[in-house]
Amino acid sequence: MSHTMIQNRKKKIGVWKIVVYTILIAGGILTLAPFLWMLLTSFKTQVDAVAIPPTILPKRWVVDTYTTLKDKIPFAKMYWNTVLTSFITVAGQLLLCSLAGYAFGRIKFPGRNFLFVLCLSVLMVPTSFYILPQYIIIKNLNLLNTIHAIYLPCLFSAFGTFLMRQFFMSLPKELEEAARIDGCGHGGIFLRIMLPLVKPGLVSLGILTLRFSWNNLMWPLIVNTSTTKMTLTAGLSYLQGQYLADYPSIMAGAVLSIIPLIVLFAVFQKQFIEGIALTGIK
Amino acid sequence: MRKKGHNTQKRKDMAWGYGMILPLFLGLAVFYFYPVVKVIYDSFFNVGAFDKRTFAGLENYKNMIADAAMWKSLGNTFLYVALIVPFTVILALILAELLNQKMKGRDVFRVIYFIPTVTMTVAIAMMWRWIFNGDFGILNHIVGWFGGSSHYWLSEKPIALICVGVVSVWMGVGLNMIILLAGIQGISASYYEAAKIDGASPVRRFFSITVPLITPSLFFVLTTTLISTLQIFDVIYMMIAPKSTALVDTQSVVMYFFRNAFEYSKKGYASAIAVLLFVIIMAITALQMKLQRKWVNYD
Repeated sequence: MSHTMIQNRKKKIGVWKIVVYTILIAGGILTLAPFLWMLLTSFKTQVDAVAIPPTILPKRWVVDTYTTLKDKIPFAKMYWNTVLTSFITVAGQLLLCSLAGYAFGRIKFPGRNFLFVLCLSVLMVPTSFYILPQYIIIKNLNLLNTIHAIYLPCLFSAFGTFLMRQFFMSLPKELEEAARIDGCGHGGIFLRIMLPLVKPGLVSLGILTLRFSWNNLMWPLIVNTSTTKMTLTAGLSYLQGQYLADYPSIMAGAVLSIIPLIVLFAVFQKQFIEGIALTGIK
Repeated sequence: MRKKGHNTQKRKDMAWGYGMILPLFLGLAVFYFYPVVKVIYDSFFNVGAFDKRTFAGLENYKNMIADAAMWKSLGNTFLYVALIVPFTVILALILAELLNQKMKGRDVFRVIYFIPTVTMTVAIAMMWRWIFNGDFGILNHIVGWFGGSSHYWLSEKPIALICVGVVSVWMGVGLNMIILLAGIQGISASYYEAAKIDGASPVRRFFSITVPLITPSLFFVLTTTLISTLQIFDVIYMMIAPKSTALVDTQSVVMYFFRNAFEYSKKGYASAIAVLLFVIIMAITALQMKLQRKWVNYD
């Protein structure tokens, strides 16, 4: 390659780099700026928030928006409801899906394929299809306006079962044979040998389920109408409906609701990203 | 003797197999299998308040076909699909490709783009509703800097639907980017090196290597985005006020279903809408599976 060609190429690479960074930075600003605006609004007084023209920084930084939230809605209770139901949903799904995933992936029994397809058929059907009868079942069980109503139907996941089955299936057969010789039954193989090996699958499913449960809106909205039994999603919707023009309070509620997952993400960044990425590969 | 041992093992396998799927299937039966039958059954009844029901035959379906608001909501849903699916997938793909290169700050960008995925849809919709606010929103102010005119973004006819779409794209890009990035990272680096030696431009490498080799991930992302967009609800519910003049022009099928089921208490009619949505999703999934053979390479 001649000298000028190399120089030309270097120049090209330089220009390309600038283009790439410009796109990425612009995208980054577009992603972060709305959050920043939400945060700034949450520290403003009502008067400040609706000033025309808008001021970027609060004229006076106030935290009343946060401290008075509990007088508007039972915010702490809603928070607790969300944490509790998310925890139960995640734990329940991990347990039930890994049990069923192991059975479908590693045990031969009559009707296995049929039952597995039956389980998968649930995935084909849109959520709104189930929701009316589910509501009536919960109502007939006298569980409306209870915490149980929120998590009960969410414990049983066809997707989670599918995901865990894929993980169990990918483990080598020799593991099982060696354990058999040592006198291990299915219980021992499942608990002591295989479960520790599918940890990435459990993490992946746990993250997806947590995200789902934390975000779930329609179901909590219909089963629990009493504010003390609401989750954050329904609570925020209620707050927005009741205090329509109190923008700082609404933003404060939103800020507080997104903090836990952001903090978890900050700590378990690698697991989050890999966990989500895995779902596309398996 | 061996035969006997074999049989005991078979019986043990059966016991463990059924035992381990039993808890899941009990739940699925109560909360999923039974509801499917029940919804179809209910769609042939008029179910009013206090679950008073009368047989209606095909009345719900006939009403549905004659219901302009239902068709409008279906049309809106397809507009959302046309808007959200291509933009989400293409932006995610471009970002994934850009972030696959060796460069400074790559991990920082990856984390930033992922943030909307780990927040909360409802909170994000509220945040954008405030930004779009016609009286005090920051967007009108920013548009003003560039000499644009102010709008009531969420209550004007075509704009409101686009705003919902934009927010959905904004929210969905990061998640899909991560899945596609994992796909791209699975491509052997030797392809890229060979292309570099041949002097292929980054754009050329993208179209000749990345795109054809990640069609399985692309298919996954496309399918999941499509199915979730067909069921779009949360963003509309949180961003468009119940009394908004743009409600009819923004509500999706699921939103219309929700209002019929839980606000107008027309449960039979809502069931018929649910059946229709199910049929549409099945048809689209089947079509996708068929088309998939033409462009997805699994090897």
